[in-house]
Amino acid sequence: MLSESSSFLKGMMLGSIFCALITMLGHIRIGHGDRRHQHKHHHLQAPNKEDILKISQDERMELSKSFRVYCIILVKPKDVSLWAAVRETWTKHCDKAEFFSSENVKVFESINMETDDMWLMMRKAYKYAFDKYRDQYNWFFLARPTMFAIMENLKYFLLKKDPSQPFYLGHTIKSGDLEYVSVEGGIVLSIESMKRLNSLLGIPEKCPEQGGMIWKISEDKQLAVCLKYAGVFAENAEDSEGKDVFNTKSVGLFIKEAMSNHPNLVVEGCCSDMAVTFNGLTPNQMHVMMYGVYRLRAFGHIFHDALVFLPPNGSDN
Amino acid sequence: MASKSWLNFLTFLCGSAIGFVLCSQLFSILLGEQGDTQPDILHNDPHARHADDNGQNHLEGQMNFNADSSQHKDENTDIAENLYQKVKILCWVMTGPQNLEKKAKHVKATWAQRCNKVLFMSSEEDKDFPAVGLKTREGRDQLYWKTIKAFQYVHDHYLEDADWFMKADDDTYVILENLRWLLSKYNPEEPIYFGRRFKPYVKQGYMSGGAGYVLSKEALKRFVDAFKTDKCTHSSSIEDLALGRCMEIINVEAGDSRDTIGKETFHPFVPEHHLIRGYLPRTFWYWNYNYYPPVEGPGCCSDLAVSFHYVDPTTMYELEYLVYHLRPYGYLYRYQPALPENIRKEVSRDYKKEDPKVK
Repeated sequence: MLSESSSFLKGMMLGSIFCALITMLGHIRIGHGDRRHQHKHHHLQAPNKEDILKISQDERMELSKSFRVYCIILVKPKDVSLWAAVRETWTKHCDKAEFFSSENVKVFESINMETDDMWLMMRKAYKYAFDKYRDQYNWFFLARPTMFAIMENLKYFLLKKDPSQPFYLGHTIKSGDLEYVSVEGGIVLSIESMKRLNSLLGIPEKCPEQGGMIWKISEDKQLAVCLKYAGVFAENAEDSEGKDVFNTKSVGLFIKEAMSNHPNLVVEGCCSDMAVTFNGLTPNQMHVMMYGVYRLRAFGHIFHDALVFLPPNGSDN
Repeated sequence: MASKSWLNFLTFLCGSAIGFVLCSQLFSILLGEQGDTQPDILHNDPHARHADDNGQNHLEGQMNFNADSSQHKDENTDIAENLYQKVKILCWVMTGPQNLEKKAKHVKATWAQRCNKVLFMSSEEDKDFPAVGLKTREGRDQLYWKTIKAFQYVHDHYLEDADWFMKADDDTYVILENLRWLLSKYNPEEPIYFGRRFKPYVKQGYMSGGAGYVLSKEALKRFVDAFKTDKCTHSSSIEDLALGRCMEIINVEAGDSRDTIGKETFHPFVPEHHLIRGYLPRTFWYWNYNYYPPVEGPGCCSDLAVSFHYVDPTTMYELEYLVYHLRPYGYLYRYQPALPENIRKEVSRDYKKEDPKVK
């Protein structure tokens, strides 16, 4: 009787130890699985402030440099004044910014896409960027020339997001079954998404050059369809209060709407403090945003940020 | 013997199976909890002194730095709060009955809250807004008379409540923190006033009315006294020029309001007009009026700008959003001006009292 109970107890102990070992091993794998599971979740949040406070001073510079963002701006000759403003303002803060034009323009350097069609321009631009820069940049941001983007806030948003995962984010819109990132808010792709996209660009069944049969499908929808085949899903980027950080409208428009919809909470109800993009700006408004974002501020308000970004060299704005 | 060891072995297996199951249940409960809970946003940032808010409610100007969102939880406003106590500013806003709802309302909703005390000056009293009735008529030709009466009212009722006295229009946007930074180097017992300095007509220059101007306590006393003793004239149709002439007569110095690298802080127009090269035509009066060499483009305006003029309601809120809300995370601004000496000493004293792991 005694020997039986002792062997029973020994068995229990061994069983528990065995289970603990397996759980430990499994937890590491489950950890990965969680992230993949989170990926199906379509609202992507900004990093958690608790986690940020744990980062040491030395790690901040290193961490800030680990984000390498390549900016793609698709332009046409008629956009020349917007192009000039974009060149002189926010693109100075991209790690690299290149302009992809429908045709060569004398005034500015650009990469000639030799086509007028937005979807073809987008495809060629993504292919060019991937082929040339796959080893140098881990995030790819596509913008319209009417946009103003704040790279520092983009990098802050991407903190703790692994670029070897298939991220495809921005301001999303649902059209029937398809959830896609609107080009009017800016499109962010991780290097993994770029890899998957590029592997499909050559397959016309999955990623046709002419999407719609009767009428044209917008280029951002076509991109979403293509990415879907590669298992890459659109996610809406939001701050900790659920406000969009990629915006398809300008600050002015948001304010006007807020003044009529909720006149007692205009600024609070407007836009995120860590907004990444605004759209629908005139060239003059871009210069005003540049001053308003990167220079104008109230004295005596100090922030303890996890990342450090230096102003670009040789710039006065 | 063999059956006994066989039984032992069976019980051993049973034990290990039960042990395994129990253990896995235990782990799944523990891990399940971890998976479900979303970590909360940190609300008790040791750097944001929320407790200080309570102590300041007795002041009329409801400066509420920590009013809104959790986005500001990692914001340290110690220095701004310190300056709020050290450099007390009374703001009075020139408005009229027709403009209370159209314009003054938006001033009240934005920057006026940051004055230590704010008064809205109209020709008629409005108890609800509230607005002070100066008992004048309305109109451009009344502006100087309204200004005199307004300063008189402020002098008679609030002289000891502030160190500096600022006049602004209902289409002026003011960044109070930057005004305090500018004024912190000066003594309010000195006769001096600041604004956007113009050069014609007055030897030491005069300050643009629309961009706003701020008088020291001594300057206010002398100004009010000047009318009692007839040193200055009451009648004029050009408010800012008349005030500037009076200031010169009563020996109040026209100060240099530019920042430490020579950039202008008070602006007679909205940012766009100053930032865009060629926006203001070369023939425009402005180019000949500016006391200091005028600049267009990025060099036009200080990072620590104090005011802008001709700001419509939409632009008021836009500026409010750009100055107090939207910011580039982690960005190291190029212009890093020093704290005024006296404030620096105070703040470091306060920090020593606190947790040493601040920086």
